[in-house]
Amino acid sequence: MGDPVVKKFMYINRHAPCGTIYAVEGLEVVLIGAAFEQEVCMAFVDDGVYQLKKNQDTAALEIKNYAPAYRALGDYDVHKLYVERESLEQRGLTEQDLMQLTYEDEDDDWKEKPSLKVVTRIELADLIAEQDVLLNF
Amino acid sequence: MALEVNGKTYETDEEGYLANLSDWSKEIAENMAKEDDCELTDNHWEVVNFLREYYEEYQIAPAVRVLTKAIGKKLGKDKGNSKYLYELFPYGPAKQACKYAGLPKPTGCV
Amino acid sequence: MLHTVNKSPFEKNSLQTCLRLAKEGNDILLIEDAVYAATKGTSVSEMVAQAATNFNLYVLGPDLLSRGVGQDELIAGCEVVDYAGFVRLATENDKVQSWL
Repeated sequence: MGDPVVKKFMYINRHAPCGTIYAVEGLEVVLIGAAFEQEVCMAFVDDGVYQLKKNQDTAALEIKNYAPAYRALGDYDVHKLYVERESLEQRGLTEQDLMQLTYEDEDDDWKEKPSLKVVTRIELADLIAEQDVLLNF
Repeated sequence: MALEVNGKTYETDEEGYLANLSDWSKEIAENMAKEDDCELTDNHWEVVNFLREYYEEYQIAPAVRVLTKAIGKKLGKDKGNSKYLYELFPYGPAKQACKYAGLPKPTGCV
Repeated sequence: MLHTVNKSPFEKNSLQTCLRLAKEGNDILLIEDAVYAATKGTSVSEMVAQAATNFNLYVLGPDLLSRGVGQDELIAGCEVVDYAGFVRLATENDKVQSWL
């Protein structure tokens, strides 16, 4: 066996959090996939940006609240989360409306750094183009 | 499947993980450990309690790699390593300790 | 008549169709992912604010909470109801039309 193959994976999330199962399924696949030590990033586009909204509380719906699990992504070494600016703007949202997600930078100075990055559609198109594998939820 | 502790029956999945997180008690944890021929020491409880706190905060049971790293951060490097954790939980630190903690099987265990 | 809409206005045209085909003065209740339609500053806010003047516009509170949408983010003219309010709307109206 030679060196393990490392590919660039992007998980593209385009669905709102509670109305359908897409968001939860996607998050679960990302967490499971993290064990394979690939180069992973996530993109939040269209209604997918709502997955990152602050203050989600599903108690009244009597369903499990998955929003806190996004904060664990850093522990799983998933810390490149790209949010399309145009999708935020269409929904009247800014970065301040989103959860603060951080990770500990083990490769550099071990400081907590932000995982979320708001990018334009042009930047996101470039990011999509450079991936090896794209998975959609 | 089900687990019987002190005359009460608790629902579990086919691998023995509690179906309802809210059913958990120390007695249940001790009972599960006894079935695995494992006696829970303070060192075991430290990990079990850590897992319950982690779940409370993030709503997921961490994978073993994540658990090891997080334990190291919280309890020190002498505990945040595979050797220490596997000695405590020979069936796999995340899987076995999560079971005793009443959590579902860890997300990201393959 | 009560109309319910449960789809995001950014993903499906259910709300647009509802607003086009509902009669003036009808009750419209936004539930599930349709509650995002009631937020300010979006690409559909103008349409929804206009609708709030032609119809009685309601939003289901528990669905707002679960999505992290605060009351201060809502368009003026939207009334938040709880589950009991949902039931009341359904029973007070002779018919319910669900735009899926």
